[in-house]
Amino acid sequence: MQTIAQWRQKLLKGEVSSLELIDETISRIESIDNTIHSYLYVNKDKARFAAAKIDEARAAGDALPPLAGIPLAIKDNLCTQGIPTTCSSRMLETFVPPYESTVTEKLWKAGGILIGKTNLDEFAMGSSTETSAFGATANPWNVSRVPGGSSGGSAAAVASRLCTASLGSDTGGSIRQPASFCGVVGLKPTYGRVSRWGLIAFASSLDQVGPFSNNVEDAAELLQVIAGKDPKDSTSLDAPVPNYSENLSTSISGMRIGLIKECFDQEGLDADVKESVLKAAENLQSLGAELVEISCPRFNDGIATYYVIAPSEASANLARYDGVKYGYRFEEVDDLASMTAISRARGFGNEVQRRILIGTYALSAGYVDAFYKKAQQVRTLIRRDFDNAFKKVDILLTPTSPTTAFKSGKNHDNPLAMYLSDLLTIPANLAGLPSISLPCGFDPSGLPIGMQLIGNVLDEPRLLQVAHQYEQSSEIMKSAPDCEFINS
Amino acid sequence: MTRITSDDVRKVAKLCRLEIPEDDIEKYSNQLEGILEYIAQLERIDTLNVPPTTRAVEVVNAFREDTIVSSSSDVRDKILDLAPQREGEFFRVPKILSE
Repeated sequence: MQTIAQWRQKLLKGEVSSLELIDETISRIESIDNTIHSYLYVNKDKARFAAAKIDEARAAGDALPPLAGIPLAIKDNLCTQGIPTTCSSRMLETFVPPYESTVTEKLWKAGGILIGKTNLDEFAMGSSTETSAFGATANPWNVSRVPGGSSGGSAAAVASRLCTASLGSDTGGSIRQPASFCGVVGLKPTYGRVSRWGLIAFASSLDQVGPFSNNVEDAAELLQVIAGKDPKDSTSLDAPVPNYSENLSTSISGMRIGLIKECFDQEGLDADVKESVLKAAENLQSLGAELVEISCPRFNDGIATYYVIAPSEASANLARYDGVKYGYRFEEVDDLASMTAISRARGFGNEVQRRILIGTYALSAGYVDAFYKKAQQVRTLIRRDFDNAFKKVDILLTPTSPTTAFKSGKNHDNPLAMYLSDLLTIPANLAGLPSISLPCGFDPSGLPIGMQLIGNVLDEPRLLQVAHQYEQSSEIMKSAPDCEFINS
Repeated sequence: MTRITSDDVRKVAKLCRLEIPEDDIEKYSNQLEGILEYIAQLERIDTLNVPPTTRAVEVVNAFREDTIVSSSSDVRDKILDLAPQREGEFFRVPKILSE
């Protein structure tokens, strides 16, 4: 399997043209994506046009930008000017943004090519991509399983080679959990490292955009392009952007890696997942890292904390969908209040409505202190646990999700069971910490297992370094789903 | 600790402008109760004198001059065109007050 850097060399030497790469990707999408359904929109003509321009520039001897000609998929909650952006919701089914998100603008400036927009749980609320109003996405390793979520389309597209890399967003694990279920690399940067301008808001204090890729090097390349201060997002951090590829090959000898005790003691943790991640820890030890057991007593309270904070913020963020300015409107009613209430009831699916209700309840008179303020205080305790941990270790290690990909439909009528699959990813969002999921094994039925590394604020360089060193020492990352159904 | 009645669901639905069909009220009240019961485990945690976290990574206020950066009427048109109903320079909505 090739990295972006290897593609670039081939492209520069003229061994392959950008148009060939795009055409190959499009024909693969046409032959297998009716089964996987990772894309909601394929940007065929514009992608071919952009590729032809890259080839012309190369032929003319122009310098090529870092992602020149690379087919990239974008989660459909990132605004792309002139190209539909639906959030997988009836509410935004016909929405065509008049502006471009900062992250995608940066990718196109770097020569990347938009190959398509990917499926997600409606408004990024879900862990299986089944709440999409436009149909579920299948897991490329086993199509009766979910790809995880909410960025399931972006993860499945990378796993089945329907793009080279992609972007997703992560509010409580929506990049890392699908990366784990689909056997790819998924990175959630530090909160504020990447601009949220043009990311359709879900929970503003938690949302962060990040890359999916088939290897750690590519994740570093994408982060390099999208990171940095953006005047349009006042929560973006004004910290210098380091070279994320520079230290990937440096030995991790002497690095202290913490295993969070509470994660491995989890009742709901699959034995196969536990064994595989502990084996990965041994692997890191054999690379010279020192393993340290760490306690984060409030870690497992992350999920209850999250299910107050995220729906509360969502209920406020989604108040803008009122049937007036853009989005779906129910027309057959003649007063404003009913028009808004019916438009919202018909435009939003069940999970979105459920979360708006929870959030509104938690923020309503008489409950704010008991729910919202309490959750924000526990959020402080969770952060403090991490602060203490990083006094003792450099990087933390946990499984990414307690299980491998579950069967489609399994958690349909049990929202709480669905929420629990984000148990191990949520704390990093609450604390704003950078975190990466990468494959570390397979369960007996052949489904990928993911391990999660968590770093301190802005410590993406070390996070990527440890991930890359593990990847290089392991054969796991060379595996890809065979997508046998192509010819079936 | 928290019992969510059908009336609670109706009240909250009104607050957040969601027209929930009567048939679904009970389903929602059961589901919300389950979720809120789970959330209630936060009560056992001692948070006396613990300050709330509103943002995970501290940033200072970002001020800028309040200046117009784009004067193109094109932008206004593009935005108005997204409205389900537009009338000239306005968003058109059904009447607000009943007669």
